[in-house]
Amino acid sequence: MLTLYGKTFTSRLLLGTARYPSPEALKQAVKASGTEIVTVSLRRESARARTGQGFWALIEALGCRVLPNTAGCRTAKEAIATAQMARELFNTNWIKLEVIANDDTLQPDLFGLVEAAGVLVAEGFDVLPYTTEDLSAAERLVAAGCAVLMPWAAPIGSAQGLINKEALKSLRAYFPDIPLIIDAGIGTPSHAAEAMELGYDAVLLNTAIAEAGDPAKMAQAFARAIEAGRLAFEAGLIEPRDMAQPSTPVAGTPFFKVDHAS
Amino acid sequence: MQILLNGELHATNAQNLSELCAKLGFAEARIATAVNGSFVAATARSAMPLTEADEVEIVAPRQGG
Repeated sequence: MLTLYGKTFTSRLLLGTARYPSPEALKQAVKASGTEIVTVSLRRESARARTGQGFWALIEALGCRVLPNTAGCRTAKEAIATAQMARELFNTNWIKLEVIANDDTLQPDLFGLVEAAGVLVAEGFDVLPYTTEDLSAAERLVAAGCAVLMPWAAPIGSAQGLINKEALKSLRAYFPDIPLIIDAGIGTPSHAAEAMELGYDAVLLNTAIAEAGDPAKMAQAFARAIEAGRLAFEAGLIEPRDMAQPSTPVAGTPFFKVDHAS
Repeated sequence: MQILLNGELHATNAQNLSELCAKLGFAEARIATAVNGSFVAATARSAMPLTEADEVEIVAPRQGG
């Protein structure tokens, strides 16, 4: 079971709701993924179009827990105000905290992130910060009161997979008791399985599923990969070695002579 | 007076934020608001006066990753 801020979940896949070819495709992907948590955002509402009202009806019908984000915020102040609006709008203390430093990489502004996290935790939010694999930033986020960390695998939407796997392993080893969710940069089910094999608690996906040729089928593929990776982690993986080691017993090999063994 | 509503100039005679939301047809809508960069809770909108050049944000749920 996955436990985040006192709530337990069977699925270890968190799913974004953006970039699907249609609302129906989103619904089908959510169903096929088995996810229990979907991410959403808030955006300016036009009095004429009232786009958000219809979208909310769609999200409510999914029956998932909602994790609002602060996507697009460039400063701690913007992220804090956005989180406060999200709490009222979605009636949840949960916030996926994003403070973006750079438009090309969409990498987190770790300084603004730590600042905003401290303020929001003090206001009673359950903060899930979108961060990098940086250990010192992670320590500061935990010190600020974050009980979950969401490091990227690679830049958002880049589909590059775990580009700094060693650092992600260090992060896992350093924080054995903090739920760690890989958020961003996953392109393939094998990337997701790799993250889960490292002992990550969950994976947050969006583009890799939403922009697949068949989002529902890809959602199913990711769900299985995440489950497989988790099972492998729990089962205990063997260590890689430099040289071969016969799997078939050597003792009793027919025609065996000592000089064969040297 | 002129305010900046969601980044665009908007002429209104609404005395407060609650009135503005009602005039825009948002009285019953699922929205959240901010004025001049700070969050204004739904319950505080009627006590939030609007003045010339105020920057008002009215947001609603949307797709997100």
